[in-house]
Amino acid sequence: MATHMTSERIQKRMKRRVALNKGLSGVFLLATTFGVFVLGVLFYQIITEGIPYINLDFLTGKLSTNAERAGIMGAILGTLWLMAVVIPVTIILGVGTAIYNELYAKQGKLQTIIQTNIANLSGVPSIVYGILGMTIFANLLNLGSVVLAGGLTMSLLVLPIVIVSSQEALRAVPSYLSEASIGLGATKWQTIKNIILPAALPGILTGSILALSRAIGETAPLVVLGIPALLLPFPGGLFDRFTVLPMQIYYWTLDASLVEEYQFLASATIIVLLVMLFILNGTAIVIRNKFQRRY
Amino acid sequence: MVDNNKESTSTVRVKSMIEKNRQKQSFRSIGEKAVPNLLLGIAMISILTTIGIVFVLISETFEFFNRVSIVEFFTGTVLRPLSQDPKFGILPLINGTIISSVIAMVVAGPIGMMTAIYLSEYASDKARRVLKPVLELLAGIPTIVYGFFAFTFVTPFLRQFIPEMSATNILAPGLVMGVMIIPMIASLSEDAMNSVPNAMREGALALGSTKLEVTFKVIIPAAFSGIVAAFVLGISRAVGETMIVAIASGSSKNFTFDITQSMQTMTAYVVEVAGGDASRGSTIYYSLYAVAMTLFVFTLLMNILARYIARRFREEY
Repeated sequence: MATHMTSERIQKRMKRRVALNKGLSGVFLLATTFGVFVLGVLFYQIITEGIPYINLDFLTGKLSTNAERAGIMGAILGTLWLMAVVIPVTIILGVGTAIYNELYAKQGKLQTIIQTNIANLSGVPSIVYGILGMTIFANLLNLGSVVLAGGLTMSLLVLPIVIVSSQEALRAVPSYLSEASIGLGATKWQTIKNIILPAALPGILTGSILALSRAIGETAPLVVLGIPALLLPFPGGLFDRFTVLPMQIYYWTLDASLVEEYQFLASATIIVLLVMLFILNGTAIVIRNKFQRRY
Repeated sequence: MVDNNKESTSTVRVKSMIEKNRQKQSFRSIGEKAVPNLLLGIAMISILTTIGIVFVLISETFEFFNRVSIVEFFTGTVLRPLSQDPKFGILPLINGTIISSVIAMVVAGPIGMMTAIYLSEYASDKARRVLKPVLELLAGIPTIVYGFFAFTFVTPFLRQFIPEMSATNILAPGLVMGVMIIPMIASLSEDAMNSVPNAMREGALALGSTKLEVTFKVIIPAAFSGIVAAFVLGISRAVGETMIVAIASGSSKNFTFDITQSMQTMTAYVVEVAGGDASRGSTIYYSLYAVAMTLFVFTLLMNILARYIARRFREEY
């Protein structure tokens, strides 16, 4: 019996193969939990540092050079004003573009160009949008670094997200719904307005909320736009200068090497920002689970 | 007579109703024609955005190259925009960008890949239901928070082991950037691996392979194009990432390969110059556009490459 494969060797090999499979599956699990672990460390640091600084005075106070008295009401209001611009602009432009691409555009060159363009835009670094915003909105249109300029810049940045998710939502509406509507004598626009859009609404909303949470967490475009670290009065309109929560975190983090307390203020601000994001994302998940009908 | 009258009024009524309906319809048909055009106009905004970006970058970059030679810009290893004798070589920035991206990919590549393997091939439904939302959470955290983490936690932590490390360095933001990119690589690779038909898995298992052998000899080769595309997109993301490096890697423009020292990436340079008071019209102001243009072209090429790989080399089953 001089063959290479004796049953004994096969047994041995088998053992090794099975052991390798088991061992590496443990390694894969470990790698997967690495992200969870980092998230845990991050949250632990931010919460232990930031929670003691969160109180009513901090949330409703004005910015101050005195770390003891600094508050972030201005940044909270600025973030809300930013949302007030981003929500209508992205929904009108995003859903409009999606309806055109999905339901009106003829298969052809123009549609391909628009689609490729959206795919390319979604890969453009956010800082390049900042440069676009600074050049066009702040300088050329002479708006300066006001709410409107920041909001429009952010809207362009997250527009591809809204378009892509709205298109997916529109595509998911089964064709028999629209065929039935057309068959009953409705026109195309009536069908879109009364049948397709309502059916696609949960998907559109979910995508828009996710885009919005991206917009309020972004910092780079606003740094380029020239949002100052100054003590600004609370913003009250579209043409007021403003700051937002991420900008506040940015400046306080930079200053942390000078005064340690700023680091804790930054942590506290991060908690406020993350709570806002969790509320937004939670809403998106609720909408997705509650209203998403499967056809 | 009376009957006749009645009839005529009712005909009038019907006539007027038809007339009304017609008017309504013509109003409607105006709407039917106007809406697509209106929507086309809206759809054009995204094209206009691209044109705007390209036009702004090109025209201002052109102005920059009127002042600084294009050869000096792309081959210069000295960048000191603020000195009396300013030099505008982009190589230190490209060097910093490449090094931080490589560090990020060293973290995100293997870990993202192993995560994808676990989620797609090993995890039970229950484990997947818990782990996927956590990864989505990781992907949803704003980059400024990661920057804060790199600067106030990771760097001090690493300095316990590498005392000569400077307070701003490229290693910490590179590592944190890697963590940030893990979910992206994991979910794109998992999608690619999930789309390999189950029949192939079952076939290999039936021939006596272990799950590990199925994964490496069947699934990964079949999903290879999708996985490569995920990596390319990951690199593109790392190159364009801004706030983590702007906070944690400092603003040293030295041309160096020492990862424990401060380096500047292209994105961080844009943040520094735009956030400072570069007066409009100065050479340093225009250098912003030249750097952003380089960044834009680079990420655009990577994205096109990723789409090309995913489409061109996809195995069809």
